[in-house]
This record gives sequence, C-alpha cells and structure tokens, in this order.
Amino acid sequence: MRALVPRVLAGLVRRGEDFDAAEDALQEALLEALRVWPEHPPRDPTAWLTTVATRRLVDARRSEAARQRREETAAPEPQPAAVAETVDEGDDTLFLLFCCCHPDLTPASQVALTLRAVGGLTTREIADAFYVPEATMAQRISRAKRTLRGRRLSRPGDLAVVLRVLYLIYTTGHTDRADLAGEAIRLARQLTLATEEPEARGLLALMLLNHARLPARIDAEGRIVPLDRQDRSLWETREIAEGVRVLQSALAMQTDSRPPGRYQIEAAIAALHDDAASAEETDWPQILAWYDDLLALSADPVREDPAAVLGRAVAVGHVHGGAAGLREIDRLRDVLGERHRWHAVRAHLHELGGDLAAAAAAYAVAARRATNIAERDHLVRQAARVRAASAAR
Amino acid sequence: MPKYLLLKHYRGGPDPYRPVPPMDEWAPEDVEAHLSFLRNVREVFEGEYVDAQALTPTRTWVRYGGPDAAPVTTDGPHPETSDLVAGWYMIDVDSYERALEIAAYVSSEPGPGGEPLHEWIDVREIMSGAPSDE
Repeated sequence: MRALVPRVLAGLVRRGEDFDAAEDALQEALLEALRVWPEHPPRDPTAWLTTVATRRLVDARRSEAARQRREETAAPEPQPAAVAETVDEGDDTLFLLFCCCHPDLTPASQVALTLRAVGGLTTREIADAFYVPEATMAQRISRAKRTLRGRRLSRPGDLAVVLRVLYLIYTTGHTDRADLAGEAIRLARQLTLATEEPEARGLLALMLLNHARLPARIDAEGRIVPLDRQDRSLWETREIAEGVRVLQSALAMQTDSRPPGRYQIEAAIAALHDDAASAEETDWPQILAWYDDLLALSADPVREDPAAVLGRAVAVGHVHGGAAGLREIDRLRDVLGERHRWHAVRAHLHELGGDLAAAAAAYAVAARRATNIAERDHLVRQAARVRAASAAR
Repeated sequence: MPKYLLLKHYRGGPDPYRPVPPMDEWAPEDVEAHLSFLRNVREVFEGEYVDAQALTPTRTWVRYGGPDAAPVTTDGPHPETSDLVAGWYMIDVDSYERALEIAAYVSSEPGPGGEPLHEWIDVREIMSGAPSDE
C-alpha cells in the first residue's frame, strides 16, 4: 500500500491541491484503507485512495468555510491553488522527492518529509527511527509543510539535494536501524526508474554495495566488526551483484565531458572492497586511483570534502605505508582534528606503520571524542588491544 | 511510584573507593567483561527501567548574550574537580531503598582484574509534575 503513496499524493498536488492539506488527507485515507481493505479490497487501490483523500479535502475545506462563516468574515470558499503549469509527464516519485527536498527546508525536515510523503511511513515510525518523541516529529513535519505552503512546486528541484537526502536517510539507517537503510534503497531504486542521471544510479549502487556488508558489520554481541576482520561469507552476494550491475550501467554513460560523479566513485571503491575474498587481497592501488578521482572533483578537497581526503589517506597508508598515510592526514588537522574519526584513522595508520604505542594513544583519544556508543566501545577495545600487543613486544 | 536518576560521572563526587586507570589501559579481557556487563545491566531491573543515556565528555557553557547578540559560550577554564556527568539510568521504582539497591548493582560493574569498580553513583529523585492528592 505504501508503494501507492507517491502516485496518489503527486496526483493530488498536481491537480492543484495544497501539499500540506493533500498529505494530511492522504494519511487519513491510508488509515481508512487499513480498516476497510481487509474486508473489502478495492479493485483499483490508487483510485480508491485518491477518491477518499479528495473527499477528506472537500470536507476539510467545507468545515473551514463554515468556520469562517461563523466568524462572519466575508471569505469566499478557498480556491484550489493554481494548477501547476508545466507538469512533467515523468515520474510521481521524482516530483514528490523534489517537493520534499525543497532547498528551503532543513536537512532534518527534508528527511522527515521524504519518509512520510514519499516513503509512506507513519509519523510514529519516523519518530522511532530517530529516537525522538512522536509529538516532536509531528511538529517537525507540520513545520516543514508550512514552509512549503505557497511555494511553487512545479519546477524541477535540485537532484543533488535529493540524492543527499536519500543518502542521509541511508546512513542514519546504517548506524542505527536497518529498516531506514532499506527504505532509502527502495526510494533510490524508484528514483533510478524516473531519471537517467548516472549519479542516481551511482547512489543506488553505493547503498547496495555497502548494505551487502551489513550482516557482518555487527556481531551477535552488538560489537562493531571492522572491515578487515569481517566474516566475508556473511556478505549478501545478491546485493553485491545488483550493485555492481547498477554501477556498470552508470559508468557506461560517462563521457569525457561528463566524468563519473562522487556517488559512482564511492560505489566503485565499495565494489573493490566487496570484490576482495580477504582483506589481504584488497586492491588498494585501484582504490587509491578512485580516491584521486574523487579529490579531483573539489577545488579544495581539504575544506570541501575532508572525508574523501581521510579515506584516501587510508588507501595511501595501505599502498605506500603508514608514514605516508600519516603525512596525508596531517593536512586535515585544522579541519578534522577535533573529530574522533580523524584520530581513529591516525591510530590505524600508526598501527599499519608498526608504532603500536602511538596507535594505542590515538585510539584512546578517538574513543574520548566518539559520539556513538558502539563506536566508542569499539575504539576503547582497539586501544586496549593495541596497547596489550605493544606491551607484549 | 517515584522515579530516580542514577547518574554516573566522568569526574567529581566522593574520592574513588578504588582508583583505576582509564579503560583503554585495561587488559582487553577486562574491557570486554566491563562492556558486557553494561550491555546486560538493564535485565536486572527490566520492569523498572525507563531510560538510559550516555553523554560525551565535551562540555560547553552557554548563556543569553542579550538582544541581537549571539549566545555567549565559554569552554573554561573549569576546575579539574568540577562535576562532569557521563550519563544516567532513569528508573521507576517502589521505594528509595530499591533505587539504592539498583544503584549499588550498577556500581558493581567489573573493572581491572574483573574486580568490581565500586564506582560512586549519584542517586537523584525526579520531581513529579502532577500535584499530589494529599
């Protein structure tokens, strides 16, 4: 049923209904459907939802008009907003994603609205996913919808923003809840049906190729297992195969004037990790080459894309040795020196270079700066492990 | 049913009963035992558990800066002895005694050598919002 949400909502909004009111009406229609459909399944579910939502909209408008009459204001029945002029025949999902990822909204609002209006999740489900009270999430969503009120929603938005929002949904789910990651993948898959843009496919491929490793990433005790210690037989080979296929179809569209974008590059790096039968067989020179391409996308990678510089430093460490990697991340000290990840990578590079005492100290600093309990515990373990190994020498 | 916060501190409070080095200097198996205790600690007070949160050690003090002014912050200097809360368990229990019992259990978490840490736990009753019937 949730899969029908974008189509019905997009239909209502395109007909000229206010996004806010249409979304509310559709939520009510969905609740009604949950009640009625088990006994009386509709022949055309989309039409059923559209009809019920429309009835709700009319009711809402009538009671609003009645209220205004009672207040004796001389207001005419509210007119539906002007019908969007040029409506792309294309896909409803894409249209709605552009609405929900409107640049005037904060990232938190974009994420919440996308999950509700495109993903069809209930406010409760979204609130649970982000560990906030349902009332807080309800307010965040209605504030976002108020912001959209009166905005022209017919113009195509910025696809880059949509991709970023989907990736944000994915990464949130990756650390906390697997179902959000799955939802992001579902939405990205729909998006690739609606646009030819290679970066949309790149994003889908990246998600699939990372998601494939999820079963190996946390052990039965809830502990983080780093990539080089994962049981690779737990990786989802079907997701890897699909990810590689999607990535190849994206890369096939590249031309000299349009080189692969960041999601395709990151997907290519993920694919190389997935492709290695053991950590030792990882093709680090190839990964380093992709990181070079990734950095080439920014004029000033240290400021604009420090995460890419950090990732590249790890690859440098594996190709040219820990000391070379450490020289690379020194450039990031001003930008990332306060973040746990910078210290964790430093520790890893020290360990690669054989300086276990320095590695233990850096892991300990990283642990103190971590903002996630699982990561903090993992870093404390790493510090204790490396310190013990250092003492045993 | 009164609610209590059982607060843990990074620093502050009575002198440690058993001073220990930072956890990253413990033997790996002691780290493992400690984290495993924390993972399972709730089971002991399952029907009484309300919430648990951990805080990062980074602290910023902030105050109103006046109209049209940015919030005023300070990073210190704080005396090294000032209290720094590390996190809490919130519990909903029948009695103050039961709160102490749970706090004592929380404090029995294993430290170096697998011996209990005897960490001081700060037990605070949460004021209820509703007026009482009496």
